Amino acid sequence: MTPSPAGRRAAARVATLGPGFAFLTVFLLVPLALVLSYTVFRRGRFGGIVYEPTGENFARLADPLYLDVVLGSVRLAAVTTLLALLLGYPTAYMIARLPGRWKAIALVAVVLPFWTNFLIRTYAWIVLLNSQGPVNSGLEALGLGPVELLYTDGAIVAGLLYAYLPLMILPLYSAIERLDPQLREASANLGARPARTFWSVTLPLSLPGVLTGCVFVFVPSLGNFVIPELLGGGRRIMVGNLIRDQFLKARDWPFGSVLALAVIAVLVLLLFAQAWAGRRAGRNG
Amino acid sequence: MNTLISIEGVSRRFGDVTALDSVSLDIRQGEFFALLGPSGCGKTTLLRILAGFEEPDAGSVRLDGADLLAVPAHRRPVNLMFQSYALFPHMSVEKNVAYGLEREKLPRQEIRRRVSEVLETVGLAAHARRRPHQLSGGQRQRVALARAIVKRPRLLLLDEPLSALDKKVRAEMQLELKRLQHDVGITFVVVTHDQEEAMSLADRIAVMQGGRVEQIDAPVALYDRPRTPFVADFIGANNLFAGTVSGGGLEVSGLGVLPAPTAGLPEGAQALLAVRPERVRLGQGTLTGTVVDVSFYGGVSHVALSVPGHGGHVLVATQGPARVETGTEIELGWDAADGVVIAADDAAVENGAPV
Ligand SMILES: Nc1ncnc2c1ncn2[C@@H]1O[C@H](COP(=O)(O)OP(=O)(O)O)[C@@H](O)[C@H]1O
Ligand SMILES: [Mg+2]
Repeated sequence: MTPSPAGRRAAARVATLGPGFAFLTVFLLVPLALVLSYTVFRRGRFGGIVYEPTGENFARLADPLYLDVVLGSVRLAAVTTLLALLLGYPTAYMIARLPGRWKAIALVAVVLPFWTNFLIRTYAWIVLLNSQGPVNSGLEALGLGPVELLYTDGAIVAGLLYAYLPLMILPLYSAIERLDPQLREASANLGARPARTFWSVTLPLSLPGVLTGCVFVFVPSLGNFVIPELLGGGRRIMVGNLIRDQFLKARDWPFGSVLALAVIAVLVLLLFAQAWAGRRAGRNG
Repeated sequence: MNTLISIEGVSRRFGDVTALDSVSLDIRQGEFFALLGPSGCGKTTLLRILAGFEEPDAGSVRLDGADLLAVPAHRRPVNLMFQSYALFPHMSVEKNVAYGLEREKLPRQEIRRRVSEVLETVGLAAHARRRPHQLSGGQRQRVALARAIVKRPRLLLLDEPLSALDKKVRAEMQLELKRLQHDVGITFVVVTHDQEEAMSLADRIAVMQGGRVEQIDAPVALYDRPRTPFVADFIGANNLFAGTVSGGGLEVSGLGVLPAPTAGLPEGAQALLAVRPERVRLGQGTLTGTVVDVSFYGGVSHVALSVPGHGGHVLVATQGPARVETGTEIELGWDAADGVVIAADDAAVENGAPV
């Protein structure tokens, strides 16, 4: 029997999408399901799981010690995101209004840091910020220093900001670049000063890009554990560090899973918010 | 009537494209003025200079005698209805229309009143809460119009306002535009590449080509007395013959001396003769041609003839059905006074008298 056209189409679809699905299933969904299942069991004494159901892993999340870590991480990630937005928007706006060839050059400059090793870039900040580093020498010369810069929340935020700013600039750029320049002209024509045009036309219409940029910066900032360790000197623990420590040091897999689940929940919530707002804004277009 | 806008020697270049080449024209208070010309002749650039989005390289623009170029775009009493409408997609119809009034810091009460009035005028009162993407092309066009006129500008600029509409809606909107202009008494400048639209709407028309103004006149004068070869060819159908003034007519190589109002032109001057199809008579005349095509349009018939020695066909329009058949040979001609002679130096001579 020859397969029907519909059957053949389905077969073709399985052939093209199949490998991708298989990969995602094996390396994403299965581990995710495992981690989720760990959350309701007891920890083994040397790591691993003892399959006795319990709710105490979740109860520990309410422990002020851990809650502080989670809220503190959210705060640092949020500050980073806000600063990235404040720095990134004007940059993206300027790039979007450059003449064609300069746009390409500026965009390459924005992504250039991604081509060097992440650790090396972060170590560079240690060199810059340490008590004998150039920043402090400069401050000392001005009679203002030395100031403790390294191993502070500020250093962590600077590191995160530096690492993820391009992820803010790129979606902002593409949102602003897409705006019809005639809308700005129409606004001026109707009597709006440039600042009013920005607040009433440019900014609201670039909101989908703002949301995307914020999610792109917030998500990896929240989960990062290398930067807090290198630039925070281990004094500030972020969720990322905590999760890693639960799995690798404390060998408390169930509680590590609960923490991971908490982070995932925050991210899923954010993605839903972004999709919702993006659709709202998209309906405008 | 008083002059509202006075444009003098305005030029604008983009790289090596000359979009405007020393354009001078006056627009009078309260008139319906049209800028007519083929695509790319600089019409939009001129509007953008009036609106303040573009600066001329040379020349001056005055409004009521005061320098308009020194005024930033957002302070000019000039509103533009964009070719693409440029409605704010994130605002409802009424918000779009209110936007310009809010910038004037008018009391809310008055804003609300004027917005609902103008939406009434353009027939969109029922759609006030809709977003632009929920409207048809014709409705969007009316929102754009309402948004511009609600400001009661001294000058309203309309860039190809009707080009996106289909033929039937366009005819309706032309009437509406004309009525509206009459009602609100604002000076309108409409840009179009559609000569019928310009002819039916405007009090005066500036015909542009390649960044230059060819002729400024009322529609009838433009039709009856084109002053440049371009206008003669662009406005309506015309039979054009190039030749030299000779013995009270125009000597055209291959055709002989044709009847033409050449008085006032020196013997031997180069000139162009334009004869409207409805001025050509069949049955007697200086030329002989063969009928190649006859088409009947109800009220009038168009006859195309090939005349030995003449490059294109000679077009003739007659009232009612034409009494000739394809393939017949027939004489044709016109009265000298029915032709328009355009001297090679572009100064027109009409009805035998120099202008
Ligand atoms: N911003 C610009 N940059 C480069 N060339 C332009 C620009 N604006 C207009 N032009 C050129 O100037 C000429 C006139 O354009 P435009 O005023 O838009 O003509 P129209 O509205 O009569 O079609 C065209 O050749 C166009 O390509
Ligand atoms: Mg145009």
